[in-house]
Amino acid sequence: MVDYDLNGVEEDMSFLEMLDVLNEELVAKGEEPVEFDHDCREGICGTCSLMINGQPHGPDSRITVCQLHMRSFNDGDSIVIEPFRAKAFPVIKDLIVDRTAFDRIQQAGGYISVNTSGRPVDANAIPIEKDMADKSFNAATCIGCGACVAACKNASAMLFTSAKVSQFALLPQGQVEAAERVQNMVRQMDLEGFGNCTNTGACEVECPKGISLENIARMNREYLSASVKG
Amino acid sequence: MSGLTKSSIARKVVMALSGFFLVFFLAQHFTINFTSVIAPDTFNEWSHFMGYNPLVQYILQPILIAGVIIHFVMGFVLELQNNRARGVKYVKFKGSANASWVSRNMIISGLVVLAFLALHFYDFWVHEMAYKYIEFKPQDPTRYHAETVEKFAPMWRTVIYVVSFVLLALHLWHGFASAFQSMGVNNKYTPSIKAFTKVFAVVIPLGFVFIALYHHFNPLTH
Ligand code: HEM
Ligand code: SF4
Ligand code: FES
Repeated sequence: MVDYDLNGVEEDMSFLEMLDVLNEELVAKGEEPVEFDHDCREGICGTCSLMINGQPHGPDSRITVCQLHMRSFNDGDSIVIEPFRAKAFPVIKDLIVDRTAFDRIQQAGGYISVNTSGRPVDANAIPIEKDMADKSFNAATCIGCGACVAACKNASAMLFTSAKVSQFALLPQGQVEAAERVQNMVRQMDLEGFGNCTNTGACEVECPKGISLENIARMNREYLSASVKG
Repeated sequence: MSGLTKSSIARKVVMALSGFFLVFFLAQHFTINFTSVIAPDTFNEWSHFMGYNPLVQYILQPILIAGVIIHFVMGFVLELQNNRARGVKYVKFKGSANASWVSRNMIISGLVVLAFLALHFYDFWVHEMAYKYIEFKPQDPTRYHAETVEKFAPMWRTVIYVVSFVLLALHLWHGFASAFQSMGVNNKYTPSIKAFTKVFAVVIPLGFVFIALYHHFNPLTH
């Protein structure tokens, strides 16, 4: 833990801009800047993952750090900033963690196989109930930020994995590989060293995209039926 | 056992099924105990039946003991793994911002219940086993009510009962509804399941507390 005093922070600055100001000062003083991850700065890439005052993405709900503004804090506040902490997310430097564990879970089954025969069937030719399409789309809005893991007292990745399982499980196109998918993705999730789910619901509260616990229940159902069928 | 524990979801299913079983048992246990307040003769009759019926003694009782052991051993396994999943802890972690205390501390309420079960086992089960299989005393269908009331005479035991059941209430407040989620049930009935959980988690443990206090304070019986 290092303490920095920072002046000239405006309430309209985003949290990342505040860190930019800090780093400019540090560089000007000839000190090492604080490394942190960011990319889109508009809440869609999921890289700006920080634990701020003990909450992933800070005190406000349904936003990422790049969407958090300094008006959410008071003048003179001390703010504790930490990287997301989980055994499966090793710290690379300062506030940057390695979240490739999520990529490996995704690679284990987060896709549908389509033969490229040269005569692709129009996906729109398959009718899908609106309700299912909406639920699948909502699951697909997960940006892989890792706030669910960071918020969970067990560092469990169930919300992320269940969103990635659900987005396919809800569509007819996802049925072919449904059983293998859930088994492979859960196996990879366990191999990465994430914790088990205690259903505390912290992930759902902290998720910037409002991914619901219903997805975890769906993944459990999919997993159970895949195990029973063998 | 390895098959049961091979994945995180399988471990949670074991936890949920054993939890459901214990919830069911708790409701049955409460029903019998409650007769000790309203109908001592019925309590004697049912207790005697439970104590000497071969199905209860040789099949159901071992299943119950296994259920308890599976549940708390798996609880420890989960707790250890979950602890290990975050090697370096946060300097600042605001757990209360997004999850209830009871849901985050199932191991604490569970451990208190486990300590209580040890005492409970010593008080009733060991006593019964000694009565039947060591001292070879004769069957006596009328002894149970007086023995039970006697147990609650000391203040210390009554206090331990009350505290333990409050912790059990906390355990169930999260646990009962959580077990449905673990089994994949999260649908339009979930709000009703959560409401029922809260009623059950309060009424049943407080019922046990009431029975303990009733026997402790009832001047007619001791
Ligand atoms: C013997 C001592 C006990 C211990 C050490 C214990 C421990 C635990 C722990 C640690 C959990 C949470 C597991 C997780 O991380 O998800 C849990 C869940 C649960 N417990 Fe217990 N428990 C005990 C007794 C009981 C009793 C007596 C009951 C019921 C009468 C019960 C019912 C439940 C239920 C329904 C759950 C929820 C399962 C789930 O989330 O799927 N427990 N227990
Ligand atoms: S489920 Fe939510 S919190 Fe978890 S990675 Fe996806 S967007 Fe982030
Ligand atoms: S920088 Fe892309 S979500 Fe924040």
